[in-house]
Amino acid sequence: MSHDGDVGARLAFDRGAPGRRAVDVARWEGTPAALPPPGLLRDAVRLPELSQGELVRYYTELSGRNFGVDSGTYPLGSCTMKYNPKVDDLVASLPAFAEAHPLAPAATMQGTLRTLAELAAMLGELTGLPAVGLAPAAGAQGELAGMLMVRRALERRGDLAGRRRVLVPDSAHGTNPATAAMAGFEVTEVPSGPDGSIDQQALARTLDGDVAALMVTVPNTLGLWERGIEAVAARVHEAGALLYGDGANLNAILGRVRFGDLGFDVVHLNLHKTFSTPHGGGGPGAGPVCATPALAPFLPAPVVTEDADGSLRLVRPEHSIGQLQQFHGSIGVLLRAHAYIRSLGIEGLRAVSANAVLNANYLRALLEGSYALPYQRRALHEVVFSGSPQRREHGVRTYDIAKRLIDYGFHPPTVYFPLIVEEALMIEPTETESRESIEAFAAALRAIAEEAERDPDLLHAAPRHAPIGRLDEAGAARRPVLRWQPPAQPAEPRDER
Amino acid sequence: MEFPPQLRYTTSDEWLHVQGREGVVGITDHAQDQLGDIVFVELPEIGRQVKRGEAFGVIESVKAVCDLHTPVDGEVIARNDALTDAPELVNRSPYADGWMIRLRLSDPAQATELRDAAAYQAALPAAPAH
Repeated sequence: MSHDGDVGARLAFDRGAPGRRAVDVARWEGTPAALPPPGLLRDAVRLPELSQGELVRYYTELSGRNFGVDSGTYPLGSCTMKYNPKVDDLVASLPAFAEAHPLAPAATMQGTLRTLAELAAMLGELTGLPAVGLAPAAGAQGELAGMLMVRRALERRGDLAGRRRVLVPDSAHGTNPATAAMAGFEVTEVPSGPDGSIDQQALARTLDGDVAALMVTVPNTLGLWERGIEAVAARVHEAGALLYGDGANLNAILGRVRFGDLGFDVVHLNLHKTFSTPHGGGGPGAGPVCATPALAPFLPAPVVTEDADGSLRLVRPEHSIGQLQQFHGSIGVLLRAHAYIRSLGIEGLRAVSANAVLNANYLRALLEGSYALPYQRRALHEVVFSGSPQRREHGVRTYDIAKRLIDYGFHPPTVYFPLIVEEALMIEPTETESRESIEAFAAALRAIAEEAERDPDLLHAAPRHAPIGRLDEAGAARRPVLRWQPPAQPAEPRDER
Repeated sequence: MEFPPQLRYTTSDEWLHVQGREGVVGITDHAQDQLGDIVFVELPEIGRQVKRGEAFGVIESVKAVCDLHTPVDGEVIARNDALTDAPELVNRSPYADGWMIRLRLSDPAQATELRDAAAYQAALPAAPAH
């Protein structure tokens, strides 16, 4: 079987031939409908003209270039790209779930509603925050739901006008300050201390009566435990503010530490990261919010409620922040999470976090010495290295290292995040990588560190073996070409012999 | 890496060039080097009052998006619109063609509270050890 080698460069437009069709459509014998007025008509729209076989080969070839967790190691820090058991997909695709109509009466939907109620209860138990809203469609929407709940709670107690600020550590996901701003607050950044945890003294200086909430990621984006978080919680509550938890890194503490026990008031989870939904292509996700009973009246609508006779229905909580999207949320993702939790059980979930942490620390040990470690503490679910020595000594940037990993057959890790680490390489192997694959990944990164010393230009030119080489990312952002343009000169018809 | 002695520097890597009652603001060579290829710069409207430490704009590179902080209080009297089409000027020429805004200073004495080139350079974070 032969490949062109430039499948990305040769688009559907560059294939086929004029007049070629994928489907033979019967000629319409009736009266043609009137065309829209001339102003609305384009006179020339060039569409690809391919046979069905050509089209299928084109897409099949493209799909072969895809890289996902089902193809290989995908250690994207802060994203928890792990293998998702296929049985969870199977459950979500059962016709009774998948073909249910979102407007069907509750009486005919008791199975789906029961599953959602059970999931809410399980997430409440896992986080120690029993008031659960499943509706948010992604992590960022879950964050927004949580912060709008904070806002509504302050409003209800007549305390919103004086509390304008939300505190966010400098290691936070970018969505945290964005969420606080979207919810109508001003953002104050709190610096991290030298150990990578929140600088307690800096927090004490800025935490006063005009603060609405502190948003904290546990474990934080450096893959480190947030030291003194219980004391932070007490201090936040003393100031009359609320403690918001970003649960994106739950994978590290699943079944072991509960946000509610630490003193958090509300947390969002990313079910598509921690609880088995393939993601990375932009969705769908699910970002439930879990909160204290005091915040239950503010949950986003709808939530499942059980009547005295045991039947279930969807309701809008008394002082709900409202509905964030149509219908019930990303049902397929919620079903996968339910199946994942039930198939693993609490012991299985504890094994998830144990192995996720073990794998990150094994990788840390394998790469210590090849890359700089800005924080000398033991890692949790992910480990952040710095490519700073490589840049200083060999002119090789983390970006070059990431591109070179593609040549070794691995998806690059997250780079240049968190912002407080220079030339950051943020690696999250997750619990589903085997010992062999972690060792192979580490071996590739060690080989690249040696290449950086010996032959920096090799890295500057990487990737060399990918279908498409080094892209001009700055050029693409500065002068984006957002749609295909026909070539200036009509191309010569290709010789089809 | 250069840090011209006639400029004053903030801890958040902006520079201020005081010219009488006016001052020009941009980001340092160190800042542009850390950010990498800059792809977008958002600058304030002319006439806006800005306060020391406040964000006056946003800068985006292939790596990160950051706020731009004003070094001193003042009114924006000019901005470098060339950065709209050519944000790479900040990479190429951080102290000249890559300037960002010109301020009418509310209190020129505030500039003396900023760091001089030697103090700024001395405070740059040491790269992590091997």
